[in-house]
Order: sequence, then structure tokens, then C-alpha cells
Amino acid sequence: MRKALSLLLFSVLVSLGVAAWGAEKAIKLGVIAELTGDMPAVGASCRNAAEMAVKEVNAAGGLQVGKEKMKVVLVVEDNAGKADQSAAAAQKLITQDEVLAIVGPNASRYAIPAAEIAESSETVLITPWSTAPKTTLDTATNKPKKYVFRACFIDPFQGGVLAKFALGNLKTKKAAVLYDVASDYNKGIAEVFKASYEKQGGKIVAFETYTTNDKDFSAQLTKIKDAKPDVIFLPNYYSEVPLQVQQAKRLGITVPFIGSDSWGSNELLTLGGADLNGYYFSTHYAADNAAPVAKKFITDYEKVYGAKPDDVAALTYDAFGLLFDSLQSAGKADREAIRAALSTLPSYKGVTGDMKFQADSRDPIKSAVILQIKDGKFTYFTNANP
Amino acid sequence: MSEGIVYWLQQTLNALQLGSIYALIALGYTMVYGILTMINFAHGDVFMVGAFFCFLAAVYLGLPFVPTLLLTMLGAALLGAMIERLAYKPLRHAPRVSAIITALGVGIFLENFTLALAPYPKNIPALLENVTWDLGGVSLSSLQVIIIFLSLGLMFLLDYVVHRTPVGMAMRAISWDKTFVPLMGVPLDLIISVTFAIGAGLAGAAGTMYALAYPVIDPYMGIMVGWKAFISAVVGGIGNIRGAMIGAFILGGVEIMVTAFFPSTYRDFVAFTLLMLLIVVRPYGILGQPRTQKV
Repeated sequence: MRKALSLLLFSVLVSLGVAAWGAEKAIKLGVIAELTGDMPAVGASCRNAAEMAVKEVNAAGGLQVGKEKMKVVLVVEDNAGKADQSAAAAQKLITQDEVLAIVGPNASRYAIPAAEIAESSETVLITPWSTAPKTTLDTATNKPKKYVFRACFIDPFQGGVLAKFALGNLKTKKAAVLYDVASDYNKGIAEVFKASYEKQGGKIVAFETYTTNDKDFSAQLTKIKDAKPDVIFLPNYYSEVPLQVQQAKRLGITVPFIGSDSWGSNELLTLGGADLNGYYFSTHYAADNAAPVAKKFITDYEKVYGAKPDDVAALTYDAFGLLFDSLQSAGKADREAIRAALSTLPSYKGVTGDMKFQADSRDPIKSAVILQIKDGKFTYFTNANP
Repeated sequence: MSEGIVYWLQQTLNALQLGSIYALIALGYTMVYGILTMINFAHGDVFMVGAFFCFLAAVYLGLPFVPTLLLTMLGAALLGAMIERLAYKPLRHAPRVSAIITALGVGIFLENFTLALAPYPKNIPALLENVTWDLGGVSLSSLQVIIIFLSLGLMFLLDYVVHRTPVGMAMRAISWDKTFVPLMGVPLDLIISVTFAIGAGLAGAAGTMYALAYPVIDPYMGIMVGWKAFISAVVGGIGNIRGAMIGAFILGGVEIMVTAFFPSTYRDFVAFTLLMLLIVVRPYGILGQPRTQKV
């Protein structure tokens, strides 16, 4: 009896010790998301997909890293939709929480400052949704950063796709652009679109700007109306696009609008309603025309969160997939090993399509899709390459 | 009409709409300053809460336009009076800086309180059937007409109240002297509360109209608009009601016209340079009077 008791005590102690040791050896990953501020829907999608990816891995017993199975622990930080808080969140995750790698932020104007911190602290950061080239480039040398990756295509690619779509599929000859000059993403893609549209034989008749948080676009839209374009390109975030379209219609503008991947949130449909019907935008994947790999993710996500995953959710899920794969192939839970494994990862089959990092670049090669807004839903229209 | 004139007329209409909204908010700044020589920096956020009241009335109570407008004005007026009672009254004899810091604090409180309840931008349903008329190339929407005329109506009503009624006379008297006027039987606290309530009520009206014209609202929408209305009040001569209206139409006009005739990226830069020059020429604003400081 006594022996049995001491055996029991011993096994309890051992299991406690193992549990403590196991907890210590868990893999900590950080997320920086826009949970508050001007694009909370983006942050929420990012957090939801991150939590789902981690839950799936832990439910399967953890990640096989080297000889051990390790659980994954998620640390989520809010950047409040501010550039300085994005950098501060990256700093906190790296030094205080000691995460192995970071996913996020999503919008380029927040991803760029966070990426600077990650690069200088030698920690891998994958941004799911930042398409501005600057995010993964070193500011001083303009060469690729070492530690910053992304799960999406970049704006020079997207701008080219959209210019070709506007000229070819929509058969337009004159385009106007209205964009937020104070935001990296909007400004970058507006300029690429302009260059690409003009190079392919089109004419940009108006190139108008505003600054973040403006609500009145009447002066710019009146100017655009005066220039008589065939199509208007609005590379702006989902909370602003409905206002721009509604005000344009009130001014008697009847030409179609096109947008970029910043339109891809379900919130756009809630805020814009019927005003957006029939318009097109380019994005990363189409939930209604997804590959078999994506189908399971879409059904699971809908079951848990009650809505179709938007592109941010899909890309965040892929960013975690990339991290898990590279951790497994690295064989050790080490920041430098993750970076090495990620940059040499063979083609990854993600929810948003196949992707692979080139040797000299941190931007994956992948294709875009064009979606159309139809009866209050995003519907697949066509695949697109420039 | 020639195309140039059509373009010019259209931009003038745009400017009138923007100016009307700035004016309604600027009145609140100027009234409070006139009476207490205090800048109520929470006023832009009262405007934001007004837009959210409008959202609540329109979506949850399903009210049509007129009751929504009245309810929003009433709600905002009560909020304004309550802020004064709870946050500013205890500080009436404290140094000026304390009151300004408190006002900033109240503003941040309102933003984050709203943020906690409504983290997502909200969409305001169309309360009015919008009709767009085409007048020889100039587009005039029924919404524009309502915003401009309702704002002008409210401004004339306020002007009448301040200059032609006993309450207005009491306000003007208190703004002149806060020590002896109460001795003559003017209820100081009540008049101050009424001033805050009227200012906030107008901000509520502005919130409703803003929400109809720009139907995506969020907790931070009051910051920039609030600043612009404050600048309008200063340009017009802070403390002066007619000045605030003139200042607001000048600011709205300059903003729209700079965009109309220059590259739009220069808007704020050119607009605010012009306003600063105006302040240099007339430091007390267009209708402001220099006040002698009592030492």
C-alpha cells in the first residue's frame, strides 16, 4: 500500500514536471492585428484565422519539431490601427513575450513599421495582407529584407492585373483614380495602376487624392466627373469605398468602379449595400471557386465564426501554414532556423493557391482572381495574370 | 451653360454642404467660449455621439427622419448638459488649463466608450428618399438641399434666441460679467447648462445630417471634423455666433475650391496657409473683438 502510494506520488510529480517542462517548451507565436481603429474587420479576420490554425495544430497533438511534439501558444496584440503601436507591439512580442515568429500586421501602413522592428531584431515576420513592395524591402539598400516575408502577391503585380482587366475585359480607354495619399498601400497601387494603364495604351484623365479619415470627397469627384472617365479606380479600404461610391452617384456619375484587394472584407457589403452591385475588384482568392485544400478551411471557418472567410482570414491561415511547415522542416524551435527553412521551403499548397519564395525575394509567386459584387455577394469572375 | 460655369456651380454646392455642417458644430465651440471663455474640446466627440444616437434611433427604433433628428438633438443636448454638470462645473474656479485637460479627457472618454460598444464602423440606412436633379449639368441632390436649408434654419433660430429672447439676453449678460449679473437674479448655473445643451443639440443635428450625407460612422469621426469646426470658430472670431457661421462657410469653401482648382494633394496645405494668413491679418477673427484682459 505504502509502495503503491509512493509510486502514485512519484508519477504525479513526474507528470507535473513533464507538464511544466512541456509548457516551457511550447512554441510561442505572435499576431499583430488591427483589432480596433479604422479597419477592425481586418483585424478580427486575422485573429480568427490565427486562432483556428493554432487550435487545429494543437488538436492534432502539436507540431513535430525535431524529435518532440510541441504545442503552439498564440499571443495576440492589437495595434489599434496605428503605425507607432504596430512597431511597439512588434517590440513587445519579440523582447517581452519572446515569440519565435510574428504574423501581421495586415495593412501596409502598419506592416511597414512592424517589419522594420522584426528585421532589426532578427525575428521572422510574415504579413498576410500587406501588398506594398516596401514592406519586404530594406529601406536603405532597397534589397529584400532578411526576416520579413508575406503570404500575398505585391502591388506592382496587382496594379498590372487591374490595368489589363480595365482595358481588356471592361473595354475602357480613359480611367480616373481617387486614392488616399496618406496611406502607403493606396498610394503605391494607385501609382502602379496609372503607369501600367498608360503603358498598355489607356489614358488616366484624373488622378485625385484625399487623406485618411476624410469623409467628403465631393470636390474630387466633381473634378473626376468633369474629366469624363470610362471607369473609376478606388484602391481604398472597405470603410471608405462605400462613401466614395455613394457620393459619386449623388453627383450623377454613372461609370463603373473597380477596386483592389482592400475591398475584400464582408464589411464592404454591409456598409455599401446595393450601391456596389456589379463592380469588380482583384483579390487573393475566391471563396466560391476554391481549391480542394481551401474547401475544408472555408467550411470549418464558417462553422466557428458564422461568416465566409475573407481574404485576410485565408492569407493569415496560409501564413500560419507556412510557419508550421518551416518549423517542421527546420527541426528546431529557433528564430534563425525558421528563417532559413522558410526561405528554402518548396512550393506550399495554401488556401489562396500555391506559393513559393524565390531565392532572392520575400514575396511569393502566386496568381490573382477578379471578383464581382453580385446581389450582395462576392462572386468569382475570372483568374487574372498580368 | 458652359462647362466651366457648371463645374464652378457644382463645387459651390459642395462647399455649401460642407460649410453648413462645419457651421453647426462651430456654433457649439463659440457659444461655450463666449460664456465661459473655455474651449470645449470634447465638442467634436459630442457630434460623433450624435451620429451614433441617429444610428440607434434609425436602426433600433426604426424611426423616420424627423423624429430621428429631434431625438438625436435631445439626446445630444442632454449629454452636453450632463458633461458640463459632471466634468466642467467642479472646475469652474480651477485654473483654465485644468478645464482644457478635462475637456480633452472627456473627448477621449466618449471615443473609447463608443468604441467599446461599437468597434465596427456602422452604416446608417437612408432615412430620406434621395432624389438627384440634373439642372443643366449641375447635380443637386435632395439631401444637399435639406442639409443646407436645415442648417441655415437652425442658425437663424439660434441667432433669434440669442438676440431676441430673455434666455439669450441672460446668456449675453453672463458672457459680459459673471460676478454681478447673477446678483440681479439671473440663474448662472441654469444659463450655463442651457448654453451647453443648445451647443450640443446643434452638434447632434450636425451629427444626424453628417450621418445622412456620409453614412459610414465610426468613433473617431468627430476628431477631424471637430478640429475643423474649431478652426472655423476661431477664423470667424471665437465667441461670436455670426462669426462662427461665416468662418465655417469660409473653411468649407476654401477646402473645396483648393481641391477644385489645384491638385487635390495640396488641399490642406493651401487651405490652412490661407487661414493662417487671415489670422495674421485679423488676430481676433473676422467678427471678433479684442477683449481687454483683467489682471
